[in-house]
Amino acid sequence: MSKEVKIIIDGKEIKAREGEKLLWVALDNGIYIPHLCAKRDAEKPDASCRLCFVEVEGMPNPVTSCTLPVKDGMVVRTRTPRVDRLVSTAFELLLSNHRLGCGKCPKNRSCELQTIAKERGLKLKLTRLRPLERDLPVDDSPQGFIYDPSRCVLCGQCVWVCHNKVGVGAIGFVRRGIERKMATFGEVPLAESRCTQCGECVEVCPVGALTKKEEDEKQAESA
Amino acid sequence: MSVTRSEVAKAYEKLQTQAKKKVESLKEKPLVTVGTATCGRASGALEIFNLFQEEIKKNGLDVNVMEVGCMGHCYAEPLVTIYKPGFPSLCYGSVDEGKAQRLINDYLINDDPCFEFAMAALEPNDFFPTFADYPRGVYEYKIVMELCGLINPEDIDHYIAHDGYAALVKVLNMDPDDVIEEIKNSKLRGRGGAGFPTGIKWELCRKAPGSPKYVICNADEGDPGAFMDRALLESNPHQMLEGLIIAAYAVGASQGYIYVRAEYPLAVTRLQTALDQARSKGLLGDSILGSDFSFDVKIFQGSGAFVCGEETALIASIEGKPGIPSHRPPYPATQGLHGKPTLINNVKTLSYVPHIIRKGAEWFKSIGTPESPGTAVFALAGKVKNTGLAEVPMGTTIRDLIFYVGDGIRDEKKFKAVQIGGPSGGCLPESALDLPIDFDSLQEAGAMMGSGGLVVLDEDDCMVEIARFFLDFTQKESCGKCTFCRLGTKQMLEILTDITKGKGNPEDIDLLWELAEDVKAGSLCGLGKTAPNPVLTTIRYFRDEYEAHVNEGRCPALMCKDLIMYYIIPEKCSKLCDVCIGSCPTEAIYTRPDMLKAIDQEKCVKCNSCLVACPPQYKAVIKISPPRPVEEGEMKQDE
Ligand SMILES: Cc1cc2nc3c(=O)[nH]c(=O)nc-3n(C[C@H](O)[C@H](O)[C@H](O)COP(=O)(O)O)c2cc1C
Ligand code: SF4
Ligand code: SF4
Ligand code: FES
Repeated sequence: MSKEVKIIIDGKEIKAREGEKLLWVALDNGIYIPHLCAKRDAEKPDASCRLCFVEVEGMPNPVTSCTLPVKDGMVVRTRTPRVDRLVSTAFELLLSNHRLGCGKCPKNRSCELQTIAKERGLKLKLTRLRPLERDLPVDDSPQGFIYDPSRCVLCGQCVWVCHNKVGVGAIGFVRRGIERKMATFGEVPLAESRCTQCGECVEVCPVGALTKKEEDEKQAESA
Repeated sequence: MSVTRSEVAKAYEKLQTQAKKKVESLKEKPLVTVGTATCGRASGALEIFNLFQEEIKKNGLDVNVMEVGCMGHCYAEPLVTIYKPGFPSLCYGSVDEGKAQRLINDYLINDDPCFEFAMAALEPNDFFPTFADYPRGVYEYKIVMELCGLINPEDIDHYIAHDGYAALVKVLNMDPDDVIEEIKNSKLRGRGGAGFPTGIKWELCRKAPGSPKYVICNADEGDPGAFMDRALLESNPHQMLEGLIIAAYAVGASQGYIYVRAEYPLAVTRLQTALDQARSKGLLGDSILGSDFSFDVKIFQGSGAFVCGEETALIASIEGKPGIPSHRPPYPATQGLHGKPTLINNVKTLSYVPHIIRKGAEWFKSIGTPESPGTAVFALAGKVKNTGLAEVPMGTTIRDLIFYVGDGIRDEKKFKAVQIGGPSGGCLPESALDLPIDFDSLQEAGAMMGSGGLVVLDEDDCMVEIARFFLDFTQKESCGKCTFCRLGTKQMLEILTDITKGKGNPEDIDLLWELAEDVKAGSLCGLGKTAPNPVLTTIRYFRDEYEAHVNEGRCPALMCKDLIMYYIIPEKCSKLCDVCIGSCPTEAIYTRPDMLKAIDQEKCVKCNSCLVACPPQYKAVIKISPPRPVEEGEMKQDE
C-alpha cells in the first residue's frame, strides 16, 4: 500500500494514497469533476473525453485529472475560468455529435451528459457550434438491448468491460478520425458477432447509446 | 579494457584501410554518378543512369558509373556528376537524354567538359565556380547532408572511407555516461519537431529502471511536403545507423528499431542493405568490433498514418496495436515499448550524433545559435524558385533562406507569407522575414520547426484557403480518439469552408479563434495540439483577409472560386483572336456582335483556362472579386 498524502482540492484538505489518480480522489470525497472515459480499474487512462480538466498550482496549463497521480501537498482547483472554458467547449463538441432529444431517450434523467450539464450549468443544446450529427443505423439485433451509435460519446466504457470484465472482446473502436465508432469486429450486427449478449456493456454506458429494449419500450409508451 | 581498446581500434583501422583503397581506386578512371534518390527517380534519373551504362558499354569506355543519393538540388534533377582525372569534378543539372549523350560524346570520349550546362564544381578550381561561390553557398552549411549525393549509399565502404563509424569506435572506448555528457554538452535538440534536448532524453532513458531497453529511430515522416528524412536514409543510411548504435550504447539498449513508412520502399531497401553490410563488417550484432557491446536493429514498416509518427502511437504500432496516441507521462524514455525504457529519436537527430562525437560538442555549439546549435534541414516548396532540400545554420533568417538559398519567388510575384513546420506549422507574414530560424523564435511567432517543411506563398495565395487546406489535412489525419481533435478540427474546418465559400458570418472569425485555442489547449497529443496553428497564425497576421471574405464576400487574393468571376475587358480584347473560346471547356465564351469576346457567367465553371490562354500581349481576361455586374468602360478607368 502506498503512503498516505494530503492534498487540497478547492480549499478542502483531503487524505489520499500517493499515486492514486486525482479524479478518483475527488469523486470519492464528494467533489464532482466531469468525466466520461475514465475507468477506475484500468491500467492506463484513455484520457480521451477531455472533460476532467483541473488546474494544479505549479502547473502552467490545465491538466486532465484522470491521468494525474496525486502527490503530497498538491493544490487543485476544479473550477477556474480556463477549466470552465475547456469543459464547456468539450461538452458542446460532444453534443454536436450526439443525437439530442432527451425526451425520446430511455436514458433521460440518468444520462451522464445531463449530470455534467446540471453540475456545470451547461445547456443541453448547441449554442455556438453546428450539428455534426451522424446518421448511423441502429443495431437492435440482440435479444435484450439496442445499440444506437448516433448517441455514442466514444467513452469506451462498454469496450473496456467487454474485454476486461466479461473477457469476450466482441466490441472495439473502428475507423479513424470523425468516423471513429464503437463496433464489432468487421462491423457486423452484435447478434452475428462474438457477443454473448451478457448486457454488461449496457450497464456501463453513460448515455443512451446502449439501452435495454424494455426501457426503450417504456419510453415509447410514455412519450 | 586497454586490450579491447586497441582491439576495437585495430579492427576499425583494418576496415578503413580497405575501404579507402576501394574508394580511391574508383577515381583512378572517370566516374559518372547519378542521383537516384526518390526525387531523382521522379525526374527520370534511372533512365539516365541506364543510358550512361549502356552507352559506356557500347563505346567500350573505361568509365565507372555509380548511383548516389540526393544533394538537395531537387529542382535540378536528374543530377549527374562526372569525375575525370585532370579535370575539375563537375555537376550537371536537369540532365536529359540529349545532355547525357553530349556528356558521353564530348566529355567522356573527348575532353570537352561541356561547361555550358554544368551547374557547379565540387571543389575549387581555375575553370568553374563551386556551389560555395553561389549566393546559396554562402548560407548553406552541410553537416548531415555533407556526404549526400557524393557517396554510394549502398556501399558501406564509401561511408567508412569518409571516417564513417570512427565515432562508434571512439564511443566504445568511452564510459556511456561520458557519451551522454558529450551529447548534453553539445545542446543537440531533437529534430523530430519539438526540439527536446537529446542528451537529457538519453540520460532519462539510461537512468530509468527496467530492462531490456530499446532505441527507436523515427523515420515515419508523414508530413506531405517533407522528405528530408527520406533523402538522408536514401543518400547516407549509415550515418543515422551509426548514431542509433551510439545511442544504444549510451542508454544501454540491446535492440533497436527503425520505424520507416512503407511508402518509402527505396529507403527501406537501402536501410536493409546498410544493416546487412554493417553486420558483415562486425559493426552491428554480437560483440561489435570485438567489444563486449552487442546490439541489433530491425526495420519496422509503418502503416502510413500521419499520427503514427507521434511517439506513443508509433510504439503502439510496433507492439501490434492500433497506432493511436496515449497520454504522456509516462514518457517512452521511462515506459515505452513493451513497458520498457525506450529512447526514440528522429533520423536527423541521430544523424548529427556521429559528427558531434567525432568533432566534439564545442564544434557543434560553434554553429547555429546558443539555444539551438547546429543546422536545420528544410524542404523548400511552394512559390520559391529553388525547391528542394537546404541545410543552413540555425539562426539563418527566413529572408536569407527564401531569397538567397531558394533564389526568391517564382515569376516575379510578390512574397506574401511562409508556412513553416509542416501542416501544423504557422503562416508568417512579411514582417517576420527577418526572424532567425530556431526552435524558440519560431514557436514564439506561432509557427514551429516541426518537420522542416517550408511552403512559400505569394500574392495569389488566399490565407483563408491556405488555413483550410492545411486543416483539411490534419482533420483527416486525426485518429479520432479525443474529443477536441476529432470534433473540434471538424467544426473549425466547416467554418473555414463556409468562409471560403462566402457563407461566413461576422462572428465566425472569433468562434474560429476560440475553438482553435481550445483544441490546442485541450487535445491529447501533438497532432491536435498543433493542428490549429495555421488557423491561429492566419487570423493573427491576416485577419483583414478573413474580414474581406466574411463582410464583403471578397477574396483579396482572387483564389476562392466561389468569390470570384472571370471577365474579359473589352478595351483589351483583340477582336481578331479567339483562343479563349477554344480554351473554354463549357463553351461559356461567345463573340459579341461587335466581335469582342464575353463570358456567359451562368456557364462559366471558373477553370481558369481562358485566363491562361489569352495571349500575353492582350491580358484581357481578369478575375474580379466579389462577382458583380461590370459596366462597360469601367475597367478602363481603373487602369
Ligand atoms: C502527429 C505527430 C506526428 C509526428 N511525426 C513525426 C515524424 O514523422 N518523425 C519524427 O521524427 N517525429 C515525429 N513526431 C514527433 C515524435 O513524437 C517524437 O517527438 C520524436 O520522434 C522524438 O525525436 P527527437 O527527440 O529526435 O525529435 C510526431 C509528433 C506528432 C504529434
Ligand atoms: S456505446 Fe456507450 S459505453 Fe460504449 S463507447 Fe458509446 S457511449 Fe461509451
Ligand atoms: S489529438 Fe487527435 S490524433 Fe491526438 S489523440 Fe486526440 S484525436 Fe488522436
Ligand atoms: S475522464 Fe479524463 S479525459 Fe475522460
